[in-house]
Amino acid sequence: MADPKIRIENLYKVFGPNPERAIGLVRDGISKQDLLDEHGHVLGVRNISLDMPGQSIQVVMGLSGSGKSTLIRHINRLIEPTAGSVIVDGQNVLEMSNKELRDFRRNRASMVFQSFALMPHRTVVQNIAYGLTIQGLDDDEIKRRVARWIERIELAGYEDHYPGHLSGGMQQRVGIGRALATDADILLMDEAFSALDPLIRYDMQSVLLDLQAELKKTIMFITHDLDEALRIGDSIAILRDGEIVQQGDPQSIVLHPVDDYVADFVKDINRGKVIKVGTIMRPPTDEAEGPAVDADTLLEDVARLMANERSGWARVIEASGQVVGVVSTADVMASMVRRANNGGAAKVAQ
Amino acid sequence: MPSWLTDIPQLDRTTLVGLRRSLDQAYRSFSREFGDDIEAFFEPLLFFLVWFEKLLVNAPWWAVLIGVCLIVWALTRSWKLIAGVIVAFLLIGFFGMWEDTMRTMAIITVCTLISIVLGVPIGIVMARSNRVQMVMIPILDVMQTMPAFVYLIPVVMLLGIGKVPGVIAVVIYAIPPVIRLTNLGIRLVDKEVLEAADAFGASPWQRLVGVQVPLAMPTIMAGVNQTIMMALAMVVIAAMIGVRGLGQPVLQSITNQYFTQGLLNGLAIVALAIVFDRVSQAYGRRIQKHRRGVIHG
Ligand SMILES: Nc1ncnc2c1ncn2[C@@H]1O[C@H](COP(=O)(O)OP(=O)(O)O)[C@@H](O)[C@H]1O
Ligand SMILES: [Mg+2]
Repeated sequence: MADPKIRIENLYKVFGPNPERAIGLVRDGISKQDLLDEHGHVLGVRNISLDMPGQSIQVVMGLSGSGKSTLIRHINRLIEPTAGSVIVDGQNVLEMSNKELRDFRRNRASMVFQSFALMPHRTVVQNIAYGLTIQGLDDDEIKRRVARWIERIELAGYEDHYPGHLSGGMQQRVGIGRALATDADILLMDEAFSALDPLIRYDMQSVLLDLQAELKKTIMFITHDLDEALRIGDSIAILRDGEIVQQGDPQSIVLHPVDDYVADFVKDINRGKVIKVGTIMRPPTDEAEGPAVDADTLLEDVARLMANERSGWARVIEASGQVVGVVSTADVMASMVRRANNGGAAKVAQ
Repeated sequence: MPSWLTDIPQLDRTTLVGLRRSLDQAYRSFSREFGDDIEAFFEPLLFFLVWFEKLLVNAPWWAVLIGVCLIVWALTRSWKLIAGVIVAFLLIGFFGMWEDTMRTMAIITVCTLISIVLGVPIGIVMARSNRVQMVMIPILDVMQTMPAFVYLIPVVMLLGIGKVPGVIAVVIYAIPPVIRLTNLGIRLVDKEVLEAADAFGASPWQRLVGVQVPLAMPTIMAGVNQTIMMALAMVVIAAMIGVRGLGQPVLQSITNQYFTQGLLNGLAIVALAIVFDRVSQAYGRRIQKHRRGVIHG
């Protein structure tokens, strides 16, 4: 396999007066609570290793305080780790000089913030231009590029407004515009949509997915909302008390949560929107009729097709047209409502 | 009963006198030694002061008034303020205080400029380092509470009486607010906005001039405003060491019990204060365009 775009290796961060001493305890597995109560240090992240392939969206999820913001800030080194390394394109971010780091932040990784963090004294245009100004481009070039982004993220007509006069959704469009304008190929989004109303949030997710289809950035996207994670993520990592407890593609997390913490996250999810028919199909039988779908089709869509055709079965086919499996209405229903793993039925019974 | 329980332990008289003598002596010889050099150092300042004062005093009154109105317009875009300025200056002229007012305006302007040029950078350094702040705060406290007469003494010993010692005394008295509020303003800048600047690779300088200073501007301007007010309050004391202007007639009135003369000159100082205050505040508001207007969803 090709080298990952971003490789995080054995990353530790301990906040407090003497992290070098405390890290020994952390390596020995002291709990976050004990570390705080008995040693006065706060565990940020513990032994995180994560490979992010290029051009895909890595979602990081976890409850508040689980270390998500701490983790993402290591990638552009807004936070210095206590131990570990962060390798981007084969280069260790932690070994960069001040100047190299500035260049890295200017040209290769940009960031979108939960509270937008726009410059209140700069207009929409000036905010989007911020990174370009920092890069030192000349005014004409900046104007040209900013105009393109204003168009692309639908802010036309608001060019000369100040951020304080815009709604949250509009402000975050500016935040995204500012991040994309630098042409960095890494995008760090720390709960970028968490402060928005559900409808606006859904809109913004669509904006992001549209942009991503075209731009193919390498994105780390942080959220504490599973629906958002499942919609956006190519891959999801779940963080608890600074540690990754599970990582994988959205489906595997919904189907096979490793523990109660993760199970708790996924229990209310609309499984029909996550599980693909390929994972629940049974071997093909000759008599099965019904709509033909490919293995990546979501159960929800399969169910809709079957209902439309009033068919009790659906056939799963390959690109060649060869039937590789079948599912019944009952299979689909069962997978959509039941927790795939242990305990689901028991919980319903209670 | 031992004596230290009834009387506070105290240096004996001769030691005390000796201490005072030797300190005074040391300072005197210091000023004899370096007085000329220090005076030479302030030569350009004196030159500028004299030039500026002459300019204001010798120019025809209407030219000065037009000039002042243009500056007020450039800073505030407010017709009301301009009308107020014209009325105030005409009244000042009408009651025969034009020339003194020009001299006072000259020295206040120079003192304010010096305070800003020195005070803002000091405030910035203070904001960047807690250690510097820890050292500076007590110094500023002393500068603001020490009676002005006390530090007039060494200034006069060093430089004699005249404009330059006057300016130095006024600046010492008036500079603390601009330093304090620059420090405060920069420390209060939103941490998240600063983090964004860092995340986009801003250098320390880009972060200072592009984010910190602009966002601290309203607070800095409040400091400048206070500095101007304090400088005006020093006008009478500065007159005691030979600074000409509205302070001198006030001093004269005290010694000769001329109540009306004192009152009129006092009112002229008040009028200047109001003009400076309103103009600097209106300017402060005007550079904060982004704070105006409604937030619509
Ligand atoms: N600068 C800091 N100093 C001390 N503790 C911190 C600091 N930043 C974060 N923490 C602590 O580290 C833990 C992880 O925080 P954070 O990464 O912000 O969590 P999340 O973004 O997942 O809510 C929390 O317990 C938080 O209190
Ligand atoms: Mg966070």
